[in-house]
Amino acid sequence: MSWRMWLPFLVFFGFLGLAAYQLSQPKDDFIKSTMVGKELPYFTLPPASLDRPGVDSRYFYDGGPKLLNIWASWCLPCIAEAAQLEQLKETGVEIVGVAIRDKPADVMHFLTEHGNPYTRIGRDDLSEVQLGLGSSGVPETFVIDGNGVITYQHIGDIRPEHVPVLLEELRKAER
Amino acid sequence: MRMLALLLAAMLAAPSAAQDAMPPAPFAYRQLDDPEQEAAAQELMETLRCLKCQSQSIADSDASMAGDMRHQVRIRIAAGEDPDEIRQWLMSRYGDYVSYEPVMSTTTWPLFAIPVLLVLIAGLLFRRRFTRRP
Amino acid sequence: MIAEIGLAALWLAAALAVLQMVGGVLALRGGTESEIAGLTRPAAILQGGLVAVSFAMLLWVFAITDLSVKLVAMNSHTLKPLIFKLSGAWGNHEGSMLLWVTVMALAGALIAGIERRLPERTMQATLAAQGFVALGFYAFLLLSSNPFERLSQPAVEGLGLNPLLQDIGLALHPPTLYFGYVGLSVAFSFAVGALVTRQVTPDFARAMRPWILGAWVFLTLGITAGSYWAYYELGWGGYWFWDPVENASLMPWLAATALLHSASVLASRDALRVWTIMLGVVAFSMSMLGTFLVRSGILTSVHAFAVDPERGTFILFLLALYIGGALLLFALRAGSITEGERFSLASREAALVVNNVMLSAILAVVLLGTLYPLLTEAFDVRVSVGPPYFNPVGAVFLFPMLVVMAVGPLLRWRQDNWGRISKEIALVAALLLAALILCAVLFGAALLPLLGLSFAVALAVASLLPLRGRSLRRVPVATWGMVIAHFGLAVALFGMASESAFSKERLAALEEGGTTTVGPWAVQLDAVEPIAGPNWTALAGQLNIAYKGEEPIQIAPQSRNFWAPPQQTTESVLVTRWNGQLYAVMGSDSTDGRWQVRLWWKPFVTFIWYGGILVALGGLLALIGRVRGDLRRRTIRRKLALRRMDEEAIA
Repeated sequence: MSWRMWLPFLVFFGFLGLAAYQLSQPKDDFIKSTMVGKELPYFTLPPASLDRPGVDSRYFYDGGPKLLNIWASWCLPCIAEAAQLEQLKETGVEIVGVAIRDKPADVMHFLTEHGNPYTRIGRDDLSEVQLGLGSSGVPETFVIDGNGVITYQHIGDIRPEHVPVLLEELRKAER
Repeated sequence: MRMLALLLAAMLAAPSAAQDAMPPAPFAYRQLDDPEQEAAAQELMETLRCLKCQSQSIADSDASMAGDMRHQVRIRIAAGEDPDEIRQWLMSRYGDYVSYEPVMSTTTWPLFAIPVLLVLIAGLLFRRRFTRRP
Repeated sequence: MIAEIGLAALWLAAALAVLQMVGGVLALRGGTESEIAGLTRPAAILQGGLVAVSFAMLLWVFAITDLSVKLVAMNSHTLKPLIFKLSGAWGNHEGSMLLWVTVMALAGALIAGIERRLPERTMQATLAAQGFVALGFYAFLLLSSNPFERLSQPAVEGLGLNPLLQDIGLALHPPTLYFGYVGLSVAFSFAVGALVTRQVTPDFARAMRPWILGAWVFLTLGITAGSYWAYYELGWGGYWFWDPVENASLMPWLAATALLHSASVLASRDALRVWTIMLGVVAFSMSMLGTFLVRSGILTSVHAFAVDPERGTFILFLLALYIGGALLLFALRAGSITEGERFSLASREAALVVNNVMLSAILAVVLLGTLYPLLTEAFDVRVSVGPPYFNPVGAVFLFPMLVVMAVGPLLRWRQDNWGRISKEIALVAALLLAALILCAVLFGAALLPLLGLSFAVALAVASLLPLRGRSLRRVPVATWGMVIAHFGLAVALFGMASESAFSKERLAALEEGGTTTVGPWAVQLDAVEPIAGPNWTALAGQLNIAYKGEEPIQIAPQSRNFWAPPQQTTESVLVTRWNGQLYAVMGSDSTDGRWQVRLWWKPFVTFIWYGGILVALGGLLALIGRVRGDLRRRTIRRKLALRRMDEEAIA
């Protein structure tokens, strides 16, 4: 009996272990940004609504941590997270919005319907800022510290249980 | 198999996959005038992964984000950027995931080591088999 | 009542599978003459009948749209055409698993009924293995995916009226692949049976071969059709994406191809015993692995099936049981099986060994590339492996294999000398070089398409050489099969290389009346018209297209918007000429009154699928030839036995 005859069995066993492990893992399809820990890329976006100014990356260098929320009026989960964004705003968090592939009229309509937690909203018609941040969908929320460095990425809509996490990340970013 | 898969993809077309109403980016569906540049762009696009659709390259997807990525690729190529620079630019944002062309790195070396090993094993097998005279 | 009959038949069949398995095992222990051993074959045959009844009942409840059956309510609708009601029976997880066990039980019944060549002990072991495999699937069906489950309240109407899914291709594609998978499961049972009794003989290979050939023909057809479907349906002109789901269907094909060739060495020359057994196990494990990958949704793919972790766990469990068990048996037994006859480097066996090793290496590369993202995900790193990896790495093994494939069929068994076929080798080599230089000078394409084109030309000629100097009428059918299959591969390779080297793409924004060109075609957009369907609206572009000064033709590709579910699809139009296809797609509107039109000219792209069909045809001819040969041998054997009995009687 040769050890070589055991090789297929061992390889198969390795595969089984891997497959069983992966099956037991909760499946997330998130593609994490590798920009976390790096500085924001330079960008300037025109305003996406009539009552808020546009967004410039230099704005994130004023010393205070902020949330950068990637969203769109045509995205349904964005409606689901509106209440949580409102709650974050009420605790004094500054939220900057980037509207992806959106028309000002639709943005205005969305904001009157679901509330406007943003201090500024930039209009990203070609997903350039989204690509620059390494974001792969809407909605996504980034924590940016006062020196323009991305410290945290939240993928998907913000559920109530995510609010404390974001607040903690913002507190960490303050230091 | 792909059929079955698409069938289910079609069935599962959930409302959360809502689409935006904006027209596609200027260079999403427009080729570059210089055929050489367009060929370079096409070659690159075929090896970049559409982030929304996950199992298609940006060169064969109608998702608007894929269109925006094609736009980026084409205008950067037109501006004289090297395809590898553009790939690097995307990989510095999305990691290895965005590129269908794995590059040798600490996470991907087995993809290259194992085929080399296979060549060696095949060579050994042939040697053992045919040097011993019957 | 009908559903209950189906379910009862299924339970009975499962019980018979237990009997078949136990009978086979006891026969191995207590000798094949015992009473219980006599039950193994009848159990297998009866079981085939019962499962067929069960499947017929499922078809029936779908045909009459019995909405108290959950599966019908979920997947059918009273207003569907009958043909799609019926195909809906297997267009879902439960029904497709029932179809799988049906084909499997019928195959089991067939070998139990007619296979008499093998020693009875090996046969009993084979049937026991077959029963064991079937039992796992019965358990899967009955315990976690019962297709006959009733609703407490019958549904008012079914949920399955999606016209997008009413496609004859969709109805036929899955059964094709299942036939292939089941054929490989029979080969697997034979391999296990032979391993248990250590009877790895040419007879074993001959018994197994028709099943491998049949499976291989179905897999070839399935992959070819699936690839064409993706090509015309996806609207971007791609035909193969190295998507995990596609790889899941390619891997069993690669393993079956290797198995086919090694089984033919074993059948003719009694060599490569261990290797054939190994491939028998690998081929079936690839079918199971493919099913697991597709159904469990473990690999991220938008094409994931209606994913269910419970099903994934069950399939993984079956996979572990069957393949783990078989590999364990292999590790324990294979050492005591000798390699069989030896042969020299210049022999057909040697060429087939090279072919086998190369195919296995390609299989390993595809497997590695498919599973690698799964491995890195365990460490929270996500990578993508796509065409830029599979194409060159696969080519490293493919092209050496093609060289051997060109020369191998010309060699004699056991021992030959190169001098005898030096003329043929020189011819093929000269052709290869000439084609390579010619293509490089004329087209200057990239390396892989260039190699593909020249190898295709050389291989096409080389594949016909075994017919040289023979009377074509006398050539055995099986040899025709080989020649046609090899030629078909050359044709498909030519199509792929040509598509990759010469395709022309044109994305144009045209006003009504605007013109453009793609390759040799002149294209004019005459008008854009709205069209309304039963649950969609469409924009149809009236295109006037003319090939190099020939008469223009009218085509009208559409961009369709469905309401429920809201979805956009493209209805592309393909214009086929002998030398290629024009592929036209209508995009959605653009704002400035110009319309997006996507056009491709793909020279000789159709050769890919013609080649695939030729390969399948070759397999079919080989199958016919082999089965006819087997039947003839059987009659001769029977006559000999009769004569011996006569002689004994006279004596």
